[in-house]
Amino acid sequence: MNSFSNSVPGGTRSLAGTRIRERRATLGIKQSALAKQVGISSSYLNLIEHNRRRIAGKLLLDIAAALQTDAALLAEGAELSLLNDLRAAAMASQDPPEPETTEEFAARYPAWAALIAEQGRKMEALENTIAALSDRLAHDPFLSASLHEMLSTVTSIRSSASILTGPDPVEPVWQDRFHKNIFEDAVRLGDASQALVTYLDAPQAGPSSNSTPLEEVESYLDERQFYLPNVEAGGEATGFTGTAQGQALLDRYAARLREEAVRVPTDVLLALVRQEGLDPLRLTHALGVPMQTLLRRLAQVPLQGTRVGLVECDASGTLTLRRSLDGFPLPRYGDACALWPLFGALSRPHMPIATTLRSLGAKGELIQAFAVAAPDAATEYGQDPIMRSTMLLVPVQQGDAPALEVGMSCRVCPKSACPARREPSILADGF
Amino acid sequence: MGKRVLLIEDEPNIIEAVRFILSRDGWHVDTHSDGATAMAAVTHRMPDVVILDAMLPNRSGYEILRDLRDHEDTQNLPVLMLTARGQTKDRERAEEAGVSDYMTKPFSNADVLERVRALAGD
Repeated sequence: MNSFSNSVPGGTRSLAGTRIRERRATLGIKQSALAKQVGISSSYLNLIEHNRRRIAGKLLLDIAAALQTDAALLAEGAELSLLNDLRAAAMASQDPPEPETTEEFAARYPAWAALIAEQGRKMEALENTIAALSDRLAHDPFLSASLHEMLSTVTSIRSSASILTGPDPVEPVWQDRFHKNIFEDAVRLGDASQALVTYLDAPQAGPSSNSTPLEEVESYLDERQFYLPNVEAGGEATGFTGTAQGQALLDRYAARLREEAVRVPTDVLLALVRQEGLDPLRLTHALGVPMQTLLRRLAQVPLQGTRVGLVECDASGTLTLRRSLDGFPLPRYGDACALWPLFGALSRPHMPIATTLRSLGAKGELIQAFAVAAPDAATEYGQDPIMRSTMLLVPVQQGDAPALEVGMSCRVCPKSACPARREPSILADGF
Repeated sequence: MGKRVLLIEDEPNIIEAVRFILSRDGWHVDTHSDGATAMAAVTHRMPDVVILDAMLPNRSGYEILRDLRDHEDTQNLPVLMLTARGQTKDRERAEEAGVSDYMTKPFSNADVLERVRALAGD
Protein backbone atom coordinates (compact mmCIF):
# COMPACT_ATOMS: atom_id res chain seq x y z
CA MET A 1 0.00 0.00 0.00
CA ASN A 2 1.36 3.43 -0.76
CA SER A 3 2.01 6.02 1.89
CA PHE A 4 -1.00 8.22 1.39
CA SER A 5 -3.91 6.10 0.37
CA ASN A 6 -6.04 4.45 3.00
CA SER A 7 -3.55 5.68 5.55
CA VAL A 8 -6.20 6.13 8.20
CA PRO A 9 -7.51 3.13 10.09
CA GLY A 10 -11.01 2.37 8.96
CA GLY A 11 -10.12 2.85 5.32
CA THR A 12 -10.76 6.21 3.68
CA ARG A 13 -10.03 7.51 0.27
CA SER A 14 -6.86 9.54 0.02
CA LEU A 15 -7.26 13.30 -0.07
CA ALA A 16 -4.14 13.93 -2.09
CA GLY A 17 -6.44 14.73 -4.99
CA THR A 18 -8.16 17.49 -3.08
CA ARG A 19 -4.84 19.01 -2.11
CA ILE A 20 -3.63 18.79 -5.72
CA ARG A 21 -6.76 20.60 -6.93
CA GLU A 22 -6.41 23.32 -4.29
CA ARG A 23 -2.71 23.81 -5.00
CA ARG A 24 -3.33 23.98 -8.75
CA ALA A 25 -6.13 26.51 -8.28
CA THR A 26 -3.93 28.59 -6.00
CA LEU A 27 -1.25 28.74 -8.66
CA GLY A 28 -3.83 29.50 -11.36
CA ILE A 29 -2.86 26.49 -13.49
CA LYS A 30 -5.52 24.97 -15.69
CA GLN A 31 -6.30 21.31 -15.17
CA SER A 32 -5.54 20.56 -18.82
CA ALA A 33 -2.16 22.31 -18.58
CA LEU A 34 -1.12 20.35 -15.54
CA ALA A 35 -2.31 17.11 -17.10
CA LYS A 36 -0.29 17.81 -20.20
CA GLN A 37 2.78 18.74 -18.14
CA VAL A 38 2.80 15.44 -16.27
CA GLY A 39 1.77 13.35 -19.24
CA ILE A 40 -1.72 12.20 -18.34
CA SER A 41 -5.16 13.00 -19.72
CA SER A 42 -7.26 15.78 -18.28
CA SER A 43 -10.02 13.32 -17.48
CA TYR A 44 -7.63 11.12 -15.49
CA LEU A 45 -6.33 14.15 -13.56
CA ASN A 46 -9.93 15.12 -12.92
CA LEU A 47 -10.56 11.71 -11.39
CA ILE A 48 -7.43 12.10 -9.23
CA GLU A 49 -8.43 15.58 -8.11
CA HIS A 50 -11.82 14.30 -7.04
CA ASN A 51 -10.17 11.51 -5.09
CA ARG A 52 -11.60 8.84 -7.34
CA ARG A 53 -8.23 7.54 -8.32
CA ARG A 54 -5.34 6.97 -6.01
CA ILE A 55 -2.02 8.49 -6.79
CA ALA A 56 1.49 7.45 -5.84
CA GLY A 57 5.04 7.05 -7.01
CA LYS A 58 6.41 8.89 -10.00
CA LEU A 59 3.16 10.55 -10.95
CA LEU A 60 2.85 12.09 -7.52
CA LEU A 61 6.42 13.34 -7.67
CA ASP A 62 5.82 14.83 -11.14
CA ILE A 63 2.65 16.60 -10.06
CA ALA A 64 4.35 17.91 -6.94
CA ALA A 65 7.19 19.25 -9.03
CA ALA A 66 4.78 20.86 -11.46
CA LEU A 67 2.94 22.45 -8.56
CA GLN A 68 6.21 23.54 -6.96
CA THR A 69 5.51 21.72 -3.75
CA ASP A 70 6.67 18.73 -1.82
CA ALA A 71 5.12 15.38 -2.64
CA ALA A 72 4.86 14.62 1.03
CA LEU A 73 2.75 17.72 1.59
CA LEU A 74 0.32 16.59 -1.08
CA ALA A 75 0.26 13.07 0.29
CA GLU A 76 -0.08 14.02 3.94
CA GLY A 77 -3.55 13.28 5.22
CA ALA A 78 -5.47 15.29 7.73
CA GLU A 79 -4.51 14.76 11.36
CA LEU A 80 -5.51 11.31 12.46
CA SER A 81 -6.89 12.53 15.76
CA LEU A 82 -8.97 15.14 13.99
CA LEU A 83 -10.43 12.51 11.70
CA ASN A 84 -11.14 10.21 14.59
CA ASP A 85 -12.82 13.03 16.49
CA LEU A 86 -14.90 13.89 13.43
CA ARG A 87 -15.94 10.28 13.03
CA ALA A 88 -16.83 10.06 16.70
CA ALA A 89 -18.89 13.24 16.38
CA ALA A 90 -20.60 11.82 13.29
CA MET A 91 -21.37 8.52 14.98
CA ALA A 92 -22.96 10.37 17.90
CA SER A 93 -25.46 11.89 15.50
CA GLN A 94 -28.78 10.21 14.80
CA ASP A 95 -28.37 11.04 11.15
CA PRO A 96 -24.60 10.85 10.54
CA PRO A 97 -23.09 12.14 7.31
CA GLU A 98 -21.45 9.74 4.87
CA PRO A 99 -18.29 8.43 6.58
CA GLU A 100 -16.35 8.35 3.31
CA THR A 101 -16.55 12.16 3.10
CA THR A 102 -14.88 12.75 6.48
CA GLU A 103 -11.33 13.15 5.23
CA GLU A 104 -12.37 15.32 2.32
CA PHE A 105 -14.34 17.57 4.65
CA ALA A 106 -11.39 17.85 7.05
CA ALA A 107 -9.04 18.77 4.22
CA ARG A 108 -11.37 21.27 2.58
CA TYR A 109 -12.55 23.00 5.72
CA PRO A 110 -9.89 22.38 8.38
CA ALA A 111 -11.05 25.18 10.70
CA TRP A 112 -14.69 24.04 10.61
CA ALA A 113 -13.59 20.44 11.04
CA ALA A 114 -11.54 21.37 14.10
CA LEU A 115 -14.52 23.25 15.52
CA ILE A 116 -16.86 20.29 14.99
CA ALA A 117 -14.32 17.94 16.52
CA GLU A 118 -13.92 20.21 19.55
CA GLN A 119 -17.68 20.50 19.99
CA GLY A 120 -17.98 16.76 19.68
CA ARG A 121 -15.45 16.33 22.49
CA LYS A 122 -17.28 18.89 24.63
CA MET A 123 -20.59 17.11 24.05
CA GLU A 124 -19.01 13.84 25.07
CA ALA A 125 -17.63 15.46 28.22
CA LEU A 126 -21.05 16.91 29.03
CA GLU A 127 -22.69 13.55 28.46
CA ASN A 128 -20.19 12.01 30.84
CA THR A 129 -21.03 14.67 33.40
CA ILE A 130 -24.75 13.99 33.02
CA ALA A 131 -24.09 10.27 33.38
CA ALA A 132 -22.06 10.93 36.53
CA LEU A 133 -24.85 13.08 37.99
CA SER A 134 -27.46 10.46 37.11
CA ASP A 135 -25.28 7.85 38.72
CA ARG A 136 -25.02 10.03 41.77
CA LEU A 137 -28.80 10.32 41.95
CA ALA A 138 -29.11 6.57 41.69
CA HIS A 139 -26.29 5.56 44.03
CA ASP A 140 -25.60 8.42 46.40
CA PRO A 141 -26.48 6.84 49.76
CA PHE A 142 -27.60 10.13 51.31
CA LEU A 143 -29.83 10.99 48.38
CA SER A 144 -31.23 7.50 48.21
CA ALA A 145 -31.98 7.37 51.93
CA SER A 146 -33.44 10.90 51.90
CA LEU A 147 -35.73 10.19 48.98
CA HIS A 148 -36.83 6.92 50.53
CA GLU A 149 -37.61 8.64 53.80
CA MET A 150 -39.50 11.46 52.12
CA LEU A 151 -41.57 9.14 49.95
CA SER A 152 -42.30 6.84 52.88
CA THR A 153 -43.44 9.82 54.91
CA VAL A 154 -45.62 11.07 52.08
CA THR A 155 -47.10 7.57 51.80
CA SER A 156 -47.91 7.56 55.47
CA ILE A 157 -49.56 10.99 55.29
CA ARG A 158 -51.53 9.99 52.23
CA SER A 159 -52.74 6.72 53.79
CA SER A 160 -53.66 8.33 57.09
CA ALA A 161 -55.40 11.27 55.41
CA SER A 162 -57.40 9.05 53.10
CA ILE A 163 -58.57 6.98 56.06
CA LEU A 164 -59.78 10.16 57.76
CA THR A 165 -61.45 11.59 54.68
CA GLY A 166 -62.83 8.33 53.31
CA PRO A 167 -66.55 7.46 53.27
CA ASP A 168 -66.29 4.89 56.08
CA PRO A 169 -66.73 6.18 59.64
CA VAL A 170 -63.60 6.21 61.82
CA GLU A 171 -63.84 5.99 65.60
CA PRO A 172 -62.71 9.09 67.49
CA VAL A 173 -59.78 7.26 69.09
CA TRP A 174 -58.48 6.30 65.64
CA GLN A 175 -59.16 9.79 64.32
CA ASP A 176 -56.93 11.22 67.06
CA ARG A 177 -54.27 8.67 66.32
CA PHE A 178 -54.15 9.38 62.60
CA HIS A 179 -54.20 13.16 63.17
CA LYS A 180 -51.20 12.74 65.46
CA ASN A 181 -49.46 10.56 62.88
CA ILE A 182 -50.06 13.10 60.14
CA PHE A 183 -48.59 15.87 62.27
CA GLU A 184 -45.52 13.79 63.13
CA ASP A 185 -45.03 12.88 59.49
CA ALA A 186 -45.38 16.49 58.41
CA VAL A 187 -42.59 17.51 60.79
CA ARG A 188 -40.41 14.66 59.54
CA LEU A 189 -41.11 15.59 55.95
CA GLY A 190 -40.11 19.18 56.62
CA ASP A 191 -36.84 18.14 58.26
CA ALA A 192 -36.04 15.68 55.49
CA SER A 193 -36.82 18.23 52.77
CA GLN A 194 -34.64 20.85 54.40
CA ALA A 195 -31.74 18.45 54.80
CA LEU A 196 -32.06 17.35 51.20
CA VAL A 197 -32.23 20.86 49.77
CA THR A 198 -29.24 21.94 51.84
CA TYR A 199 -27.31 18.92 50.64
CA LEU A 200 -28.16 19.57 47.00
CA ASP A 201 -27.33 23.26 47.18
CA ALA A 202 -23.99 22.87 48.92
CA PRO A 203 -20.88 22.26 46.81
CA GLN A 204 -19.96 18.62 46.47
CA ALA A 205 -16.41 17.39 46.53
CA GLY A 206 -14.85 15.89 43.45
CA PRO A 207 -13.96 17.18 40.02
CA SER A 208 -17.03 15.65 38.37
CA SER A 209 -19.29 18.14 40.11
CA ASN A 210 -17.22 21.20 39.23
CA SER A 211 -19.00 23.49 36.85
CA THR A 212 -16.88 26.64 37.14
CA PRO A 213 -13.15 27.40 37.20
CA LEU A 214 -13.54 28.61 40.78
CA GLU A 215 -15.06 25.28 41.79
CA GLU A 216 -12.15 23.51 40.15
CA VAL A 217 -9.71 25.55 42.21
CA GLU A 218 -11.69 25.06 45.41
CA SER A 219 -11.87 21.33 44.78
CA TYR A 220 -8.09 21.25 44.23
CA LEU A 221 -7.51 23.21 47.44
CA ASP A 222 -10.02 21.14 49.42
CA GLU A 223 -8.24 17.94 48.48
CA ARG A 224 -5.12 19.45 50.05
CA GLN A 225 -7.03 21.03 52.93
CA PHE A 226 -5.87 24.37 51.52
CA TYR A 227 -2.31 23.60 52.64
CA LEU A 228 0.23 23.99 49.79
CA PRO A 229 3.70 23.78 51.36
CA ASN A 230 5.53 23.74 48.01
CA VAL A 231 3.81 26.96 46.95
CA GLU A 232 4.64 28.56 50.29
CA ALA A 233 8.25 27.58 49.61
CA GLY A 234 8.15 29.48 46.33
CA GLY A 235 7.09 26.67 43.99
CA GLU A 236 4.10 26.18 41.72
CA ALA A 237 0.76 24.58 42.50
CA THR A 238 1.17 21.19 40.84
CA GLY A 239 -1.27 18.42 40.05
CA PHE A 240 -4.13 20.61 38.88
CA THR A 241 -6.22 18.88 36.20
CA GLY A 242 -8.92 21.47 35.50
CA THR A 243 -9.47 23.92 32.68
CA ALA A 244 -7.11 26.67 31.53
CA GLN A 245 -9.37 29.23 33.20
CA GLY A 246 -9.16 27.26 36.44
CA GLN A 247 -5.38 27.11 36.11
CA ALA A 248 -5.27 30.90 35.69
CA LEU A 249 -7.32 31.35 38.87
CA LEU A 250 -5.11 28.90 40.73
CA ASP A 251 -1.97 30.70 39.54
CA ARG A 252 -3.35 33.95 40.90
CA TYR A 253 -4.21 32.27 44.19
CA ALA A 254 -0.73 30.72 44.40
CA ALA A 255 0.98 34.04 43.70
CA ARG A 256 -0.83 35.67 46.61
CA LEU A 257 -0.12 32.68 48.85
CA ARG A 258 3.62 32.83 48.06
CA GLU A 259 3.69 36.50 48.98
CA GLU A 260 1.64 36.12 52.17
CA ALA A 261 3.50 33.00 53.31
CA VAL A 262 6.69 35.04 53.40
CA ARG A 263 5.05 37.55 55.71
CA VAL A 264 3.27 34.90 57.76
CA PRO A 265 5.30 31.66 57.64
CA THR A 266 3.38 28.54 58.57
CA ASP A 267 5.69 27.48 61.43
CA VAL A 268 5.62 30.97 62.95
CA LEU A 269 1.85 31.17 62.72
CA LEU A 270 1.29 27.71 64.21
CA ALA A 271 3.64 28.48 67.10
CA LEU A 272 1.85 31.75 67.74
CA VAL A 273 -1.56 30.10 67.65
CA ARG A 274 -0.36 27.60 70.25
CA GLN A 275 0.85 30.48 72.39
CA GLU A 276 -1.90 33.07 71.90
CA GLY A 277 -4.89 30.97 70.86
CA LEU A 278 -7.01 31.34 67.75
CA ASP A 279 -7.71 35.06 68.12
CA PRO A 280 -7.13 36.70 64.73
CA LEU A 281 -6.89 40.24 66.09
CA ARG A 282 -4.16 39.35 68.61
CA LEU A 283 -2.33 37.36 65.97
CA THR A 284 -2.61 40.25 63.53
CA HIS A 285 -0.96 42.63 65.99
CA ALA A 286 1.69 40.12 66.97
CA LEU A 287 2.69 39.57 63.34
CA GLY A 288 2.14 43.11 62.09
CA VAL A 289 0.20 42.10 58.98
CA PRO A 290 -3.21 43.11 57.62
CA MET A 291 -6.03 41.16 59.20
CA GLN A 292 -7.24 39.87 55.81
CA THR A 293 -3.85 38.26 55.28
CA LEU A 294 -3.98 36.71 58.70
CA LEU A 295 -7.53 35.34 58.18
CA ARG A 296 -6.49 33.76 54.89
CA ARG A 297 -3.31 32.28 56.34
CA LEU A 298 -5.25 30.70 59.22
CA ALA A 299 -7.29 28.80 56.62
CA GLN A 300 -4.14 27.71 54.77
CA VAL A 301 -2.14 26.07 57.54
CA PRO A 302 -2.70 22.71 59.26
CA LEU A 303 -4.24 23.84 62.54
CA GLN A 304 -4.15 20.86 64.85
CA GLY A 305 -7.60 19.56 65.64
CA THR A 306 -9.42 22.55 64.18
CA ARG A 307 -10.86 22.76 60.71
CA VAL A 308 -11.81 26.29 59.76
CA GLY A 309 -13.84 27.72 56.90
CA LEU A 310 -13.05 30.74 54.77
CA VAL A 311 -15.16 32.89 52.48
CA GLU A 312 -14.11 35.87 50.43
CA CYS A 313 -16.18 38.21 48.31
CA ASP A 314 -15.81 41.36 46.29
CA ALA A 315 -17.94 44.50 46.58
CA SER A 316 -20.66 43.00 44.37
CA GLY A 317 -21.17 40.28 46.97
CA THR A 318 -19.90 37.59 44.63
CA LEU A 319 -18.12 34.84 46.51
CA THR A 320 -14.59 34.64 45.17
CA LEU A 321 -13.22 31.90 47.41
CA ARG A 322 -14.88 29.29 49.62
CA ARG A 323 -13.46 26.80 52.04
CA SER A 324 -16.44 24.91 53.38
CA LEU A 325 -16.95 24.02 57.00
CA ASP A 326 -19.13 21.22 58.35
CA GLY A 327 -22.34 22.64 59.72
CA PHE A 328 -22.03 25.88 57.78
CA PRO A 329 -23.00 25.11 54.19
CA LEU A 330 -21.90 27.60 51.56
CA PRO A 331 -24.09 28.18 48.53
CA ARG A 332 -23.06 26.58 45.29
CA TYR A 333 -25.23 28.77 43.13
CA GLY A 334 -26.97 32.06 43.74
CA ASP A 335 -26.55 34.47 46.56
CA ALA A 336 -25.43 33.91 50.10
CA CYS A 337 -27.18 35.06 53.27
CA ALA A 338 -26.95 38.86 53.51
CA LEU A 339 -26.60 38.63 57.29
CA TRP A 340 -23.16 37.10 57.09
CA PRO A 341 -20.53 39.40 58.68
CA LEU A 342 -18.64 38.98 55.42
CA PHE A 343 -21.07 41.44 53.83
CA GLY A 344 -21.49 43.65 56.89
CA ALA A 345 -17.74 44.24 56.84
CA LEU A 346 -18.00 45.80 53.38
CA SER A 347 -19.80 48.82 54.85
CA ARG A 348 -17.14 49.24 57.57
CA PRO A 349 -13.77 48.89 55.85
CA HIS A 350 -10.81 48.02 58.06
CA MET A 351 -13.02 47.35 61.10
CA PRO A 352 -12.44 43.84 62.43
CA ILE A 353 -15.71 42.08 63.17
CA ALA A 354 -16.21 39.07 65.45
CA THR A 355 -19.71 37.59 65.60
CA THR A 356 -21.07 34.31 66.90
CA LEU A 357 -23.36 32.74 64.33
CA ARG A 358 -25.92 29.99 64.65
CA SER A 359 -26.29 28.13 61.39
CA LEU A 360 -29.94 27.49 60.57
CA GLY A 361 -29.18 23.96 59.42
CA ALA A 362 -30.38 20.69 60.85
CA LYS A 363 -28.06 20.78 63.87
CA GLY A 364 -27.86 24.53 64.45
CA GLU A 365 -24.08 24.64 64.80
CA LEU A 366 -22.41 27.58 66.50
CA ILE A 367 -19.70 29.27 64.48
CA GLN A 368 -17.39 32.10 65.43
CA ALA A 369 -16.99 34.39 62.43
CA PHE A 370 -14.17 36.89 62.02
CA ALA A 371 -14.49 39.31 59.14
CA VAL A 372 -12.78 42.34 57.74
CA ALA A 373 -12.98 44.26 54.48
CA ALA A 374 -10.33 46.42 52.87
CA PRO A 375 -9.63 47.91 49.46
CA ASP A 376 -7.03 46.59 47.07
CA ALA A 377 -4.00 48.84 46.68
CA ALA A 378 -4.84 51.57 44.16
CA THR A 379 -3.02 51.40 40.85
CA GLU A 380 -4.13 54.82 39.58
CA TYR A 381 -4.83 58.26 41.09
CA GLY A 382 -8.49 58.89 41.73
CA GLN A 383 -9.39 55.23 41.27
CA ASP A 384 -12.43 54.03 43.20
CA PRO A 385 -11.33 51.48 45.78
CA ILE A 386 -11.86 47.83 44.87
CA MET A 387 -13.25 46.44 48.10
CA ARG A 388 -12.79 42.86 49.17
CA SER A 389 -14.06 41.16 52.27
CA THR A 390 -12.72 38.08 54.04
CA MET A 391 -14.44 35.94 56.69
CA LEU A 392 -12.89 33.14 58.73
CA LEU A 393 -15.25 30.57 60.25
CA VAL A 394 -14.25 28.70 63.39
CA PRO A 395 -16.53 26.08 64.96
CA VAL A 396 -17.25 26.62 68.66
CA GLN A 397 -18.78 24.46 71.37
CA GLN A 398 -22.55 24.38 71.53
CA GLY A 399 -24.00 26.62 74.19
CA ASP A 400 -26.63 29.20 75.00
CA ALA A 401 -24.50 32.19 74.10
CA PRO A 402 -26.37 34.81 72.07
CA ALA A 403 -25.81 34.20 68.41
CA LEU A 404 -26.92 35.70 65.13
CA GLU A 405 -29.05 33.20 63.24
CA VAL A 406 -27.94 32.97 59.64
CA GLY A 407 -28.73 30.67 56.76
CA MET A 408 -27.00 29.63 53.58
CA SER A 409 -29.20 31.54 51.18
CA CYS A 410 -32.79 32.80 51.25
CA ARG A 411 -34.07 30.01 49.05
CA VAL A 412 -33.30 27.31 51.58
CA CYS A 413 -33.52 29.32 54.79
CA PRO A 414 -36.36 28.63 57.24
CA LYS A 415 -36.02 31.97 59.07
CA SER A 416 -39.46 33.49 58.55
CA ALA A 417 -39.12 37.07 59.86
CA CYS A 418 -35.82 38.08 58.35
CA PRO A 419 -35.19 41.70 57.37
CA ALA A 420 -32.59 40.59 54.85
CA ARG A 421 -34.82 38.14 53.00
CA ARG A 422 -34.62 38.61 49.22
CA GLU A 423 -36.93 35.83 48.09
CA PRO A 424 -39.36 33.37 49.66
CA SER A 425 -37.94 30.15 50.98
CA ILE A 426 -38.90 26.89 49.35
CA LEU A 427 -39.05 25.43 52.85
CA ALA A 428 -42.62 25.87 54.04
CA ASP A 429 -43.19 27.73 57.29
CA GLY A 430 -44.39 25.78 60.26
CA PHE A 431 -42.34 22.63 59.76
CA MET B 1 -61.22 -16.15 60.36
CA GLY B 2 -59.96 -13.89 57.57
CA LYS B 3 -56.88 -14.45 55.56
CA ARG B 4 -53.52 -13.49 56.98
CA VAL B 5 -51.20 -10.74 55.72
CA LEU B 6 -47.67 -10.18 56.96
CA LEU B 7 -46.58 -6.57 56.57
CA ILE B 8 -42.78 -6.20 56.70
CA GLU B 9 -42.19 -2.46 56.93
CA ASP B 10 -40.19 -0.22 59.26
CA GLU B 11 -42.21 3.02 59.11
CA PRO B 12 -44.55 2.83 62.15
CA ASN B 13 -47.14 5.21 60.72
CA ILE B 14 -47.35 3.30 57.44
CA ILE B 15 -47.74 0.10 59.46
CA GLU B 16 -50.58 1.64 61.42
CA ALA B 17 -52.41 2.95 58.35
CA VAL B 18 -52.03 -0.24 56.30
CA ARG B 19 -52.93 -2.41 59.25
CA PHE B 20 -56.07 -0.30 59.79
CA ILE B 21 -57.33 -0.51 56.23
CA LEU B 22 -56.59 -4.20 55.84
CA SER B 23 -58.10 -5.08 59.22
CA ARG B 24 -61.20 -3.14 58.34
CA ASP B 25 -61.40 -5.24 55.19
CA GLY B 26 -61.36 -8.42 57.26
CA TRP B 27 -57.69 -9.36 57.07
CA HIS B 28 -55.62 -10.55 59.96
CA VAL B 29 -52.51 -8.42 59.89
CA ASP B 30 -49.14 -9.37 61.40
CA THR B 31 -46.29 -6.91 61.23
CA HIS B 32 -42.52 -7.09 61.34
CA SER B 33 -39.94 -4.32 61.08
CA ASP B 34 -36.49 -5.89 60.99
CA GLY B 35 -34.98 -7.16 57.76
CA ALA B 36 -32.58 -9.53 59.50
CA THR B 37 -35.33 -11.61 61.12
CA ALA B 38 -38.04 -11.19 58.49
CA MET B 39 -37.56 -14.66 57.06
CA ALA B 40 -38.19 -16.23 60.44
CA ALA B 41 -41.30 -14.11 60.86
CA VAL B 42 -42.68 -15.47 57.58
CA THR B 43 -42.05 -19.10 58.37
CA HIS B 44 -43.19 -18.76 61.98
CA ARG B 45 -46.79 -18.16 60.95
CA MET B 46 -47.23 -18.62 57.22
CA PRO B 47 -49.30 -15.74 55.78
CA ASP B 48 -51.44 -15.78 52.66
CA VAL B 49 -49.77 -12.63 51.36
CA VAL B 50 -46.57 -10.79 52.29
CA ILE B 51 -46.26 -7.03 51.87
CA LEU B 52 -42.54 -6.37 51.81
CA ASP B 53 -40.77 -3.00 51.94
CA ALA B 54 -37.68 -2.86 49.72
CA MET B 55 -35.57 -0.82 52.12
CA LEU B 56 -35.48 -2.26 55.61
CA PRO B 57 -33.02 -1.99 58.45
CA ASN B 58 -30.31 -4.67 58.49
CA ARG B 59 -31.41 -6.49 55.33
CA SER B 60 -32.97 -5.33 52.08
CA GLY B 61 -36.34 -6.48 50.86
CA TYR B 62 -34.72 -7.86 47.70
CA GLU B 63 -32.51 -10.20 49.72
CA ILE B 64 -35.47 -11.35 51.79
CA LEU B 65 -37.45 -11.97 48.62
CA ARG B 66 -34.65 -14.08 47.15
CA ASP B 67 -34.56 -16.15 50.33
CA LEU B 68 -38.31 -16.66 50.15
CA ARG B 69 -38.01 -17.91 46.58
CA ASP B 70 -35.16 -20.25 47.56
CA HIS B 71 -37.19 -21.77 50.37
CA GLU B 72 -39.47 -24.64 49.40
CA ASP B 73 -42.35 -23.59 51.67
CA THR B 74 -42.35 -19.99 50.51
CA GLN B 75 -41.27 -20.13 46.87
CA ASN B 76 -44.84 -19.57 45.68
CA LEU B 77 -45.92 -17.22 48.46
CA PRO B 78 -47.51 -14.07 46.99
CA VAL B 79 -45.27 -11.08 47.76
CA LEU B 80 -46.25 -7.47 47.13
CA MET B 81 -43.15 -5.31 47.24
CA LEU B 82 -43.21 -1.66 48.31
CA THR B 83 -40.45 0.65 47.29
CA ALA B 84 -39.83 4.36 47.38
CA ARG B 85 -38.26 4.25 43.98
CA GLY B 86 -40.06 3.98 40.69
CA GLN B 87 -37.08 3.48 38.47
CA THR B 88 -37.05 0.74 35.87
CA LYS B 89 -33.93 -0.76 37.43
CA ASP B 90 -35.67 -1.28 40.76
CA ARG B 91 -38.65 -2.88 39.13
CA GLU B 92 -36.35 -5.19 37.17
CA ARG B 93 -34.45 -6.00 40.34
CA ALA B 94 -37.68 -6.94 42.11
CA GLU B 95 -38.86 -9.00 39.17
CA GLU B 96 -35.55 -10.83 38.97
CA ALA B 97 -35.84 -11.62 42.67
CA GLY B 98 -39.27 -13.17 42.02
CA VAL B 99 -41.76 -10.56 43.15
CA SER B 100 -45.47 -11.26 42.59
CA ASP B 101 -46.50 -7.63 42.39
CA TYR B 102 -44.87 -4.27 42.94
CA MET B 103 -46.03 -0.86 44.21
CA THR B 104 -44.13 2.38 44.44
CA LYS B 105 -44.56 4.81 47.29
CA PRO B 106 -46.63 6.86 47.65
CA PHE B 107 -49.46 4.45 46.98
CA SER B 108 -53.17 4.73 47.70
CA ASN B 109 -55.06 2.65 50.25
CA ALA B 110 -57.40 1.43 47.53
CA ASP B 111 -54.43 0.17 45.52
CA VAL B 112 -53.08 -1.77 48.47
CA LEU B 113 -56.42 -3.39 49.12
CA GLU B 114 -56.98 -4.24 45.47
CA ARG B 115 -53.56 -5.82 45.01
CA VAL B 116 -53.59 -7.78 48.25
CA ARG B 117 -57.02 -9.16 47.39
CA ALA B 118 -55.82 -10.09 43.90
CA LEU B 119 -52.71 -11.83 45.23
CA ALA B 120 -54.78 -13.82 47.71
CA GLY B 121 -57.11 -14.88 44.90
CA ASP B 122 -60.12 -13.03 46.30
